[in-house]
Amino acid sequence: MSRYKMHLLVCGGTGCRSSESDLIVENLKKVLQEKGLDGDAQVVQTGCFGFCEQGPIVKVLPDNTFYTSVKPSDAEGIIAEHVLKGRKVERLLYKDPKQQTVVSDSKHMEFYQKQIRIALRNCGFIDPENIDEYIARDGYAALAKVLEEMTPEAAIDLLKKSGLRGRGGGGFPTGLKWELAHKNKAGQKYVVCNADEGDPGAFMDRSILEGDPHSVIEAMAICGYCIGATKGMVYIRAEYPLAIQRLKIALNQARDYGLLGNSILGSKHSFDIELRYGAGAFVCGEETALIHSMEGQRGEPTVKPPFPAESGYLGKPTNVNNVETFANIPAIYLRGAEWFLSIGTAKSKGTKVFALAGKINNVGLIEVPMGITLREVIYEIGGGIKDGKKFKAVQTGGPSGGCLTEKDLDTPIDFDNLLAVGSMMGSGGMIVMDENDCMVSVAKFYLDFTVEESCGKCAPCRVGNKRLYELLNKITNGKGTEEDLEQLRNMSVVIKDTALCGLGQTSPNPVLSTMENFADEYAAHIHDQHCPSGQCKALRQYFILSEKCVGCTACSKVCPSEAISGEKRQAHLIDQIKCIRCGACMEKCKFSAIIIPSTKI
Amino acid sequence: MEELQSCQIDKIKEICRSFNNAEGELINVLHKTQETFGYLPESVQRLIAAELNISAAQVYGVVSFYTFFTMKPKGKFPISICLGTACYVRGAEDVVDEFKKALDIKVGEVTPDGKFSLDCLRCVGACGLAPVVLIGDKVHGRLEANQVKELLAQYE
Amino acid sequence: METIKLTIDNKRVIVTKGTTVHQAAKQAGIHIPTLCYMNLELLNIENKPGGCRICVVEQEGRRNLAPSCSTVCTEGMVIKTNSPRVLNARKTVLELILSDHPKDCLICPKAGRCELQTLAFQLGIRRIHSVENAEMSTYRKDQSPSIIRDMDKCVMCRRCEMICNKVQTVGALSAVNRGFMSVVAPAFEQDLKHSPCTFCGQCVAICPTGALTEVDQVQRLIRALTDKTKTVVVQTAPAVRVALGEEFDMPPGSIVTGKMVAALREMDFKYVFDTDFAADLTIMEEGSELLDRLTRYVAGDKSVKLPILTSCCPAWVNFFEYNYPDMLDVPSTARSPQQMFGSIAKTYLADKLGIKREDMVVVSVMPCLAKKYECQRDEFKVNGNPDVDYAISTRELAHLMREANINFAALPDEEFDHPLGESTGAGVIFGATGGVIEAAVRTAYELFTGNKCPRIDFEELRGLEGIRTATVDFNGTPIHIGIAHKLGNARKLLDGIRSGLYNLHAIEIMACPGGCIGGAGQPLHQGDSSIIKERFDAIYREDAQKTIRKSHENPYIIKLYEEFLGKPLSEKSHHLLHTHYFEKK
Repeated sequence: MSRYKMHLLVCGGTGCRSSESDLIVENLKKVLQEKGLDGDAQVVQTGCFGFCEQGPIVKVLPDNTFYTSVKPSDAEGIIAEHVLKGRKVERLLYKDPKQQTVVSDSKHMEFYQKQIRIALRNCGFIDPENIDEYIARDGYAALAKVLEEMTPEAAIDLLKKSGLRGRGGGGFPTGLKWELAHKNKAGQKYVVCNADEGDPGAFMDRSILEGDPHSVIEAMAICGYCIGATKGMVYIRAEYPLAIQRLKIALNQARDYGLLGNSILGSKHSFDIELRYGAGAFVCGEETALIHSMEGQRGEPTVKPPFPAESGYLGKPTNVNNVETFANIPAIYLRGAEWFLSIGTAKSKGTKVFALAGKINNVGLIEVPMGITLREVIYEIGGGIKDGKKFKAVQTGGPSGGCLTEKDLDTPIDFDNLLAVGSMMGSGGMIVMDENDCMVSVAKFYLDFTVEESCGKCAPCRVGNKRLYELLNKITNGKGTEEDLEQLRNMSVVIKDTALCGLGQTSPNPVLSTMENFADEYAAHIHDQHCPSGQCKALRQYFILSEKCVGCTACSKVCPSEAISGEKRQAHLIDQIKCIRCGACMEKCKFSAIIIPSTKI
Repeated sequence: MEELQSCQIDKIKEICRSFNNAEGELINVLHKTQETFGYLPESVQRLIAAELNISAAQVYGVVSFYTFFTMKPKGKFPISICLGTACYVRGAEDVVDEFKKALDIKVGEVTPDGKFSLDCLRCVGACGLAPVVLIGDKVHGRLEANQVKELLAQYE
Repeated sequence: METIKLTIDNKRVIVTKGTTVHQAAKQAGIHIPTLCYMNLELLNIENKPGGCRICVVEQEGRRNLAPSCSTVCTEGMVIKTNSPRVLNARKTVLELILSDHPKDCLICPKAGRCELQTLAFQLGIRRIHSVENAEMSTYRKDQSPSIIRDMDKCVMCRRCEMICNKVQTVGALSAVNRGFMSVVAPAFEQDLKHSPCTFCGQCVAICPTGALTEVDQVQRLIRALTDKTKTVVVQTAPAVRVALGEEFDMPPGSIVTGKMVAALREMDFKYVFDTDFAADLTIMEEGSELLDRLTRYVAGDKSVKLPILTSCCPAWVNFFEYNYPDMLDVPSTARSPQQMFGSIAKTYLADKLGIKREDMVVVSVMPCLAKKYECQRDEFKVNGNPDVDYAISTRELAHLMREANINFAALPDEEFDHPLGESTGAGVIFGATGGVIEAAVRTAYELFTGNKCPRIDFEELRGLEGIRTATVDFNGTPIHIGIAHKLGNARKLLDGIRSGLYNLHAIEIMACPGGCIGGAGQPLHQGDSSIIKERFDAIYREDAQKTIRKSHENPYIIKLYEEFLGKPLSEKSHHLLHTHYFEKK
């Protein structure tokens, strides 16, 4: 990167590309050329910067200036001002919402201050389509080190010592997993990277593959050496076209550089990687289901044991790790187990990437050290709740996780603590909810997802989740009973206890955790036929504020059930029995006279 | 059952051959075929079954398992609404309802003129723009229910 | 062998390494209920998807409950099969399954024989906690000539999918869709009759519920029996007599030939005949065909197709018509015993009785569901009138007998009518795998060599091994014989012949495990393969009891040729007793 005086890094993550960041790159290049500056400044499209809320993002090096919400038409200004005159484009700089001050350097932004980037170390810094940039940041040095200096046993030992646990959700010690596969004496073995991220509201793996594909390739090659496999496969969602494209480019470059293929770096180790495509089945995140899918079958899980380390792809020992797990590994080999051990909590080492989303100011992709509290994540990195609303819950672990409340905010985040408070780490979705979110509906939303994604193989998941959904639906329609609650609880417990795979065994978690933490909300739906957050349509009550109503009759005209009465120029009234809760009146009223009261009337 | 034209037959056979007609490559073959034809009707699945020497039931069992595979052609402008959690909590459900109303079709259907098809998907990874709708490859972010009609008009 | 010690319900159990918790419990006398799990050990058929979760048990130190069917015992394991946690889970899971199951048990064809019903009884289900208007997964009903699919009653045990693909390699069925709507179905959820289904019916034989049942013709049969203008003639297949008793609580392997004849007579069948007679006739035709091919082959005729394949099994015929269209001239052209019987009954017998074929109703009692399809084939009709009008299963006969108030156990033994009721031991063994070829050998040996065969029992051709080969010495000429039962083995054997792995002269193939005794129309074995073995042994006991044990010595067969057919493979025989095959794809 030294040839140029200046670098313009443009975020090429999916979020920013959705907001025309491709065109920004194009325009920047065009303007540089027009002004004859293409020898001085280089435009690089990088992976995700993480701060998706403020995208598209353009970062200028060496001064680390961070431009937010950039439009393609801003290219001219950035070059004319910043590149030519060295003056920052004030209007594009980030403004701290709390201090109302302009922060130009991303290092000083609250969003980045508490983050430690290991898995995302290169995302937003390098051009993911250029292997040289990866190598310039010590890429493939870990592979070289392992191949030249370490036996597979020693390399596995180091990984075990580092305490790295699987980032896909379960938190199984990665070194131990490798050791199991290593000890198996079969001739052919496989390394599989699970990139079938299907958690609704999570895009960690996608961002890593889009922003730094080589880190995953390098780690897979190391894994191949350690367990004795010559073949690797990345099982990736077909819905991730950009990640697939960048991965393909990266694989070709790695082959060209002799970092994949026969006798890597002159060693005896040979390793290559193929792509396999997922086809839209969340259950394929479960490793046995994933393996069946790779074999061309329905992605149904099978009973474990046997574990994939004994009998996996085509019946051969197979080691499956997820993208983020792999992305950590080169850094661990380069910087040592001690370094990794120094980050995190007693039993969870290193960092975790989260996709922070929902009712929060700074939506984005973050990487934080284990042990950070939810409060720090939500209020410091996340910048607090959107529109000044009140925090209600944070959901971690996706459809397998639970909803945590105010009382859990000071819990240090790690695998075990999250489990202890009734949620789980999961793959890294973190959704923040505010006072307008109905927690019964949230549970229903997750169950709807599970019902759709259940493979149908085992009865508790196939039928049980459907029944859970139906019970929740009944409750959100105001028809639930106390007995239904008992049913919900018993079924949830039994499904957890009996389902075949991880999907079913965790699917009732959103129900159990919301029942535990928001018992009063369930009670309001059941006993008062009332939804405190006003989200449940069937339970909404519309009410006309007589002091605001001017009697324009617009509402009574639009009402499909003739529930609104009142004389012209007189305050109108809604008959709650006739009202079908369609909300048409409220939409029509120009005087904000129709409201949904937050308590039952 | 729709009859296949000979050029289509040749193309499918070529795809199967490129994967060595191996049973284990079924999903790859289906991906490639759907990429080429847009969807996987019965006749196509039967031909793939014959080429890979597996039963048509097995092929259909796989096609009907994965949501990515479709037996119906999509609309000229396929609309996919993200129903990931981030989009959900930012009102994606209302957006779905609005699209259903505006197009007068259900999720999974195509408008009678074949112009639009409506589907839901889970998280496209643009949570910063929630709620998000994809029309073709184009992502439309921060979409509110009342902007749906306006958006559709752009595709008229 | 390495052993494992564990504790199940406070009992110390020692098992060999690799034993599952379910098997270990069984050894200790503890029956853990199951639904999807099925192990037909003697037939080498196992279904273990671990899907129903009924057989869960508590394992000390394990977070969740363990499926006992697929959890292997480990040293020191402590298992509870009946803790409150287990019982609640088991009951709740069953309730969930029942919540998506129709509640028309009173009129379900599987009533009384339904494994789901038994389970609900056993677990004391008195109420199905669920949501009012809980959604049910419903599917289009499908009726083929042999099988009715009512998949609303499917519990996704996957037994049918397993047997259709892994055992029979027919590939008619697969699990389709996902989640709540997942079900086992033919491709595109179309009708079975448009699929590669052979109607072997093994899916029906092992379906735990009423999802897969046979087409029931009992009511139509009752109408025919009460029609005074019709002469109703019945034939009973060899395998029926060694299984029918099970329907009336007799021990498996009971031979009830005489009682069966008495029962049929009591139900107003005008003549009670024996398919065994037609089996003897089949040997005459098929055996002669084999001899003809052999003689020409030995003489150097290169156009001869060998090995000859038997064609008694209609599911097997369907299988090769679909899968081996290039080999349609290889199997014997001889019709199956059922069809030979029908053909002779509606010509020779009708003439003798002086009635028109339209006024004769031929009913066959078969251990088989494919026979229902076979008798509807156009080749076996004359001007639209079928040679065999109704093929009912052993189970349907039992239903009919129950409906007709027959006290089966108290019936006297009676004899079949003449002339189509006389049979030999060779005809009887058609009911077991290897039996047809043994019967053929008994006759072919004598016809080929012109000498009396030194022995009658060919033990080397018997057994339950899936594929068997043996060489029989025809007085100096070695005849290589192959036998396969279960269609997957048939496929292996045929592929082996193509690849040159096998060099054989004659092959017997039966679609069902164990041959017709394990047919899909037989009383349900409900997962107990020892029942099949009992029937198997009974068939050979019945053979041993017979005074005449070679088909060509059956006096009524000799008479039939003298009076009517002339000689085997005559023009008349060809017309009435042989057929041809069609490509099915």
